[in-house]
Amino acid sequence: MKPRRLSSMFAGMALAGLLLSGGVHATSAEHIRASHAWIRVLPGNLPAGAYVTLENDSDQPAALSSASSTAYAEVMLHQSSNEGGVSRMAMLHSLAIPAHGKVLLEPASYHLMLMKAAATVKPGDTVRLNLKFADGSTLATDFVARPANAVDDSH
Amino acid sequence: MKSRRFQGAAVLWLLAISLLLAGCQRSEPLPFKLTDISGHMPALDFKLTDDQGKAVSGADYRGKVVLLYFGYTHCPDVCPLTLAQLHVVMQRLGTLADGARILFVSVDPTRDTPAVLHAYVNAFDPRAVGLTGDPRVIEALVKRYRSAFTREPASSDGNYEVSHSSAIYIFDRGGNARVLSTPTDTQDDLVHDLHLLLSTGTSS
Repeated sequence: MKPRRLSSMFAGMALAGLLLSGGVHATSAEHIRASHAWIRVLPGNLPAGAYVTLENDSDQPAALSSASSTAYAEVMLHQSSNEGGVSRMAMLHSLAIPAHGKVLLEPASYHLMLMKAAATVKPGDTVRLNLKFADGSTLATDFVARPANAVDDSH
Repeated sequence: MKSRRFQGAAVLWLLAISLLLAGCQRSEPLPFKLTDISGHMPALDFKLTDDQGKAVSGADYRGKVVLLYFGYTHCPDVCPLTLAQLHVVMQRLGTLADGARILFVSVDPTRDTPAVLHAYVNAFDPRAVGLTGDPRVIEALVKRYRSAFTREPASSDGNYEVSHSSAIYIFDRGGNARVLSTPTDTQDDLVHDLHLLLSTGTSS
């Protein structure tokens, strides 16, 4: 009785390990492709906006929940909107990336707000951000720093 | 007697000048593509501090076509996008753009000191000027153009929302409000209307 309980426990642990390793179900990060990743760098220590296109090739929807970087102490997911001549910025807790679809983080729309740079980021620099999805998986993405007056023409 | 005649001539001259100015105020109709606000918005008038730390008034920009925009430097998305787009517009206008000034009025004067504003506006366009000042003066200016802004402090969970007017108010060389540009307008229309204003009424 005792050894049997032990063996079933091992089997359970093995199954859990298999699930965690992604053998049964792949993580969001494995199915998301990031492109057009760039940062609009502002002078001094002003917060900067980061933009990226996220494509999901899975038949399961995914969601971007947060991002972090060693280059910035704080990264927040935001949405800008314009209604009735008023420009608004609000914090988002999650941004859906539909199955076999994509979401654009772009100026005047969804963006990441980068705050408190550890060191001055200059145009031409590359900054790595770890994009975190709702299932806990992360995707390291390199963002190119562009000048303040860059106009997004990469799409 | 001689001096009286001189006084009379001076009065006539003043009359003539004020009539000319009045003509200016009425502003000739132009085939604008953006929202025409001629006669519907007050003329350019303010007392603020520019990004060099100098006291300036609306009258200091007479002779220039002015693009007035309310924003703040800690706005990472829409404000820089607007200024970057205005930089492109200025480039498209070529040498005519030297007759224009982008006035970026901070609605966050506590953090936006002249030094912060100086680095900020110059990162976008050499014809951009940052303006800051007393919060009550700025509030009055925002109201004067029927614009609005709210900036709520961050709550304990870090949630907050910022909102401000997204319109650009454009004034002719005489300081008269002429057109309003909003984010839904095309860049071509903005270039068109600025071209009209910059190539007419140079001497007023």
